[in-house]
Amino acid sequence: MQHEPHAHGINMSALGRKRQVLDLANEAVALEVPGLDLFYGEKQALFDIRMNIPKQRVTSFIGPSGCGKSTLLRTFNRMNDLVDGCRVQGEIKLYGHDIYTKGEDVAELRRRVGMVFQKPNPFPKTVYENVVYGLRIQGVNKKRVLDEAVEWALRGAALWDEVKDRLHESALGLSGGQQQRLVIARTIAVEPEVLLLDEPCSALDPISTLKVEELIYELKSKYTIVIVTHNMQQAARVSDYTAFLHMGKVVEYGDTDTLFTNPTKKQTEDYITGRYG
Amino acid sequence: MKQTSLKRWFNSGGPGVWLSAGAVSIAVIMTIGLLAVIAVRGLGHFWPADVISARYDVPGQENHVLVGELVQSEQVPRARLKAAGLPVPDQGPEFMTRDLFKVGNRDISPSDFNWVIGEWLKDQRKPSELMTLERREWGNFYGYLVNVKEDGKVVAEGEAAWPQLQARIERVQGISDQLDDLEKGEIGAINHGIERLRLHARKLELNGELDAAAQADMATERAEYDARYKEVESRLGALHAEYNRDSLTARDANGKEIEISIGKVVHAYQPNAMGTMTKLGFYFQKLWEFLSDDPREANTEGGIFPAIFGTVMMTLIMAVIVTPFGVLAAVYLREYARQGVMTRLIRIAVNNLAGVPAIVYGVFGLGFFVYVLGGSLDQLFFPEALPAPTFGTPGLLWASLTLALLAVPVVIVATEEGLARIPLTLREGSLALGATKAETLWKIVLPMASPAMMTGLILAVARAAGEVAPLMLVGVVKMAPSLPLDGNYPYLHLDQKIMHLGFHIYDVGFQSPNVEAARPLVYATALLLVLVIALLNLSAVTIRNRLRDKYKAFED
Repeated sequence: MQHEPHAHGINMSALGRKRQVLDLANEAVALEVPGLDLFYGEKQALFDIRMNIPKQRVTSFIGPSGCGKSTLLRTFNRMNDLVDGCRVQGEIKLYGHDIYTKGEDVAELRRRVGMVFQKPNPFPKTVYENVVYGLRIQGVNKKRVLDEAVEWALRGAALWDEVKDRLHESALGLSGGQQQRLVIARTIAVEPEVLLLDEPCSALDPISTLKVEELIYELKSKYTIVIVTHNMQQAARVSDYTAFLHMGKVVEYGDTDTLFTNPTKKQTEDYITGRYG
Repeated sequence: MKQTSLKRWFNSGGPGVWLSAGAVSIAVIMTIGLLAVIAVRGLGHFWPADVISARYDVPGQENHVLVGELVQSEQVPRARLKAAGLPVPDQGPEFMTRDLFKVGNRDISPSDFNWVIGEWLKDQRKPSELMTLERREWGNFYGYLVNVKEDGKVVAEGEAAWPQLQARIERVQGISDQLDDLEKGEIGAINHGIERLRLHARKLELNGELDAAAQADMATERAEYDARYKEVESRLGALHAEYNRDSLTARDANGKEIEISIGKVVHAYQPNAMGTMTKLGFYFQKLWEFLSDDPREANTEGGIFPAIFGTVMMTLIMAVIVTPFGVLAAVYLREYARQGVMTRLIRIAVNNLAGVPAIVYGVFGLGFFVYVLGGSLDQLFFPEALPAPTFGTPGLLWASLTLALLAVPVVIVATEEGLARIPLTLREGSLALGATKAETLWKIVLPMASPAMMTGLILAVARAAGEVAPLMLVGVVKMAPSLPLDGNYPYLHLDQKIMHLGFHIYDVGFQSPNVEAARPLVYATALLLVLVIALLNLSAVTIRNRLRDKYKAFED
């Protein structure tokens, strides 16, 4: 029996993952948060967030319910604008440009920063129309271009083989896991630069979860991915960097292996060993 | 012991189940009963009833022969008949029969419906040569055919007269159709053209542009119309002469002979000689005429096609107006307006608007749409027609608009509910792909809410199509000379007055000079109104169900 090397963390090798040492300082930055506060009405939900999201890596946000991880994720494509009384102070830079500038084209921003939600939300249209929805919004209507995009996006989302014969059937007939991958395909069809995943597997069964996780791993080479998850094993499995949030603050942020095996903060350790949350 | 079981029964909810089931069955029975009553009374009217000939022997009076259809029969106490002054003998059973006979022949006898005492009818027979003449004027004629004349000369008599009569009625039918075509088609177009010319001249005059050249132009145009009119008129005269060429002589029950122009006869049939199948064929022919013909004789005879057409037309225009209007209002209220005191107040107002009595809308429609809006339209766009109003008078457009106003709260409420049911996740999904709010609304939210909009439209149609009271003020009349849709520019005449089934029922039932003749038509029209509304609803329900299948909520 091999001795458990990290008594106060997660056994990373048990997750079937090669140990890698990464350093944020060496990464190219996709999203830069130099200091951000967020309020819901009078109530402050995020406190002085400072972090850099590395380009073409998977960054995961973990933390107990209500810690603000989804809220933070939604600031990256300004999805929070939809919430009444939500107010943001500070800035977020996407490749150096502040997305909270006045007059920012939010629709264009959201095209560049795509998002996948907790529950699969395919539109009540055909598989094909779901994938080309974003392209049609941009005014692309050439059939050849759309056909190519559909195949490319569905292949990218590892769904092509399963749905290529039923492209013109309703997307609502797909299984939950297929629907979620369809939503990912729909999102990458508009070729975003950043992919935000908000607990993408929480409504899926284990096999579908596995497929989505594999997909995330594949997509890393092209996209900057930020994933919010409740499942620490998942964070450990798929992400390169992990941020632990608590009470609207980033408690600890760094290389996933280090954070899970050697957390520097007591709070992080309590959380990941299950003593809290 | 018994008490505990009763108590147990109460606690088990049994009484509640019985009570609710009872309520349902009463509702079902009332609906079926209503439909059955109007169907039986209305549809029976078209059956070619046997014609009875009998000697009517009133004690102490000279007897005479009675010919006609038995319409209704009832039992009446002897004492009441006696009190009414009839020479009823004192002895006999307590009840006597009283029959209502349709004796027709309104032109020669004092009344076409007679109450008679059944016991005094002697020698009841159904002679097969008795004929019923359905006439364009004066109602039915019952009697015997004597001869058929052409230009006043007898061409057939006795047995040979009947086939001659049928052939000549058919010929006249053809001429009548040609006359209709000429009058409604060509003469209508010429009149329309002359009227337009007159208005054009008046307009130029008002603008001070009526110079010699324009006048000359118009004079030539008018001359053209006049020439065309002269030509049509001569054709019309020839046709009329043809139309009145033939006549028939008929003898009534008491031997009196009268001459009737065959042009005045719609149908001639011998019901006593007809078999069941023949009668059935005749029945459906009459039913079809009821649906497709114009009314005659102050609406108590003939068909009700203009009323069906007017009802459907008005409801469709109402639907076309109310849907976008209601949907837009609901979209703003639900999607764009900041939810607060103001939107709550508006919602309360909208809901209350749905409860305002219809006649109030009628008054508003007359006061605002017809006089204010229509009057201003006339001032602005049709000054040449003044003082005769174009839109400043009740008409199709204002009737539809008034109904749209009456039904718009229903559409708003239904659409709002539909919009509220679209899950937020779908909207977010669309926004996250770079769609703007408007694009999301247009491509995702509105299509998914379309079944709810259809539900609103169904409710609106159901409410509006059956409405009568406001229409009497804003555009529905007893008798409209022409349909609002025809071949003359601009084809759809929104300013015209229309007929309406609901008002037709009221008019035939309560404003008719001949109540007995009109009564079956009231039932038939009522049945038709129910059917038309059911049909409009059914088609909307079908469309909604299709949409529902298409946009099935994605939760399931």
